[in-house]
Amino acid sequence: MLVYTAKRILLAILVSLTVSALVFSLLYLSGDPATALAGERASQADIMAIRAAYGFDQPVYVQYFKWLAGAVQGEFGESVYFRLPVIDLILERLPVTMTLGVCAMIFALALSIPLGVLAAMYPNSLIDRAALLLAVVGQAMPSFWFALMLIVLFAYWVPILPASGSDSWQHFVLPTIVLGYYATPAFMRLTRTGLLDVLSSDYVRTARAKGLRPAKVLFKHALRNAIIPVVSLAAVQFGFMLTGSIIIETVFALHGAGFLAWESISRSDFPTVQAVLLLFSWFYIILTFLADLLNAWLNPRIRVA
Amino acid sequence: MSVMNTTVPSAEQILGPTPGQILRRKVFGHRGIVIGGGIFLFIVLMALLAPWLAPYDPYHQDLVARLAPPVWHEKGTWDHILGTDQVGRDYLSRLIYGARISLLIGIMAALISGIIGTVMGVAAGYFGGKVDLVVTFLITCRLSLPVILVSLAVVAIVGGSLEMVILVLGLLLWDRYAVVMRASTQQIRSLDYVAAAQAAGCSTWYILAREILPNVMNQLIVVATLEFAHAVLLEAALSFLGLGVQPPLPSWGLMISEGRNYILFDPWLIAIPGSALFMMLLAVNLLGDGVRDVTVPENRA
Repeated sequence: MLVYTAKRILLAILVSLTVSALVFSLLYLSGDPATALAGERASQADIMAIRAAYGFDQPVYVQYFKWLAGAVQGEFGESVYFRLPVIDLILERLPVTMTLGVCAMIFALALSIPLGVLAAMYPNSLIDRAALLLAVVGQAMPSFWFALMLIVLFAYWVPILPASGSDSWQHFVLPTIVLGYYATPAFMRLTRTGLLDVLSSDYVRTARAKGLRPAKVLFKHALRNAIIPVVSLAAVQFGFMLTGSIIIETVFALHGAGFLAWESISRSDFPTVQAVLLLFSWFYIILTFLADLLNAWLNPRIRVA
Repeated sequence: MSVMNTTVPSAEQILGPTPGQILRRKVFGHRGIVIGGGIFLFIVLMALLAPWLAPYDPYHQDLVARLAPPVWHEKGTWDHILGTDQVGRDYLSRLIYGARISLLIGIMAALISGIIGTVMGVAAGYFGGKVDLVVTFLITCRLSLPVILVSLAVVAIVGGSLEMVILVLGLLLWDRYAVVMRASTQQIRSLDYVAAAQAAGCSTWYILAREILPNVMNQLIVVATLEFAHAVLLEAALSFLGLGVQPPLPSWGLMISEGRNYILFDPWLIAIPGSALFMMLLAVNLLGDGVRDVTVPENRA
């Protein structure tokens, strides 16, 4: 386990470094970042001033290491638009995104696991088909369109929920549904196939033969094992949800980190964009790292391989 | 088979159905494939025949006839079956031409990412060792980068256009191809016929092209449908956020974005293109699921 953990940490660090280099180089896609920051109508003197102020006149690798050294310490420079430290902006917005992510995750799990269990217990029944339909529809539903249709329904036609903003818990209801529904199909399918697999296994047959109550067989013997892959998928999905929140937060004008990213992109506020991008990536790397450790702990076969 | 049928009429009874017949029966007996394929075919025909089907020029603005409601609305007329948008362009015509953009982006992005991902995945699976290590590392890095945020940032820096969206999505969506192709190639590499080909002195290129690729084709098709849907969805999302296909092109995502300001009184402006997008994604997903059901080895005759 120790060797596996050490290897896995090394991999996570290498991936983080590579990703940080990619994120940093995004700025150079435009050719000259100083010109891009200064805008179209800037004079030559303005561009020179910006170039000196942001250190664009130094060699690229010096810039990268300076930026990375700052990033590791939580120092991402100053937002071009707000004239405030980027890290303060992000920390101020992050609670909204995290709340949304956690709520959506709870919603998705609360919807998909019972449905997946029922579908696996009664395969090809009406409930199985209904669950499948829900999954197929969920996979094909563009989340931003679903969000807009919910706004039309619950904010205008039956005005019981607010359409935008992030001031009260009501503001989180619709975004939670949209973001949670987006993750539901994957969870449900995995619960269903996992449980179907386990239910046909020898130890479940043994448990049944011993005369255990069906509920005990299901919850104590079968579900416990079937749920393991769902847990590790949940970690990965949480990372995807954070990026999905960019669209959801924009539609609902929820002032979270995703909305900040979109605003910053439209304002050409590159330091902020880079910081959000890097933080989201690192967050995903940490989540998958933890999921892998959990898997290895639960399933010793992974450790050896 | 046809020759056999004419010479020996009862051959079918003796031999049973051929693999081709079994496959055909499975394809047409699969509800998902029939429904999904039907819808998808309809959309493809709509896109191909757009100039003949569309009642108006999708770019023609008629400011007198702005925001006309669709025909089922009490004030709707048959002049504009799906109504008009905020600058008086016929909505049905824009919807029909919009299918072209979604299909073009989906196919091109799935193709570009498919080439990248398949080369990486097959190489990793066949050669193993250091190649596998590098490819796995690249996949991990790619997965750590949030697609939406990266493509938004790149398009914002480089400038949005149809070609740019195709290129960005094509260069970002190769991860699933690589993962699936790597796993399937690993399985096939250890089979006897590959060892036989190696023993017979076939070149590596020959083995990859003639022994490996044909046998991972089924999985490749399934992933391609998934990534097609993924690309279509992302294009719509990017265009919706204003950083994808640029106006006045009739992209469905862009139409939803333009209709957003009229959401309160004219909700059909977002409902119509959104439904079209939903139907296309549904069709492709059903088709992909169906292809997997029909072609997985356990189901094969």
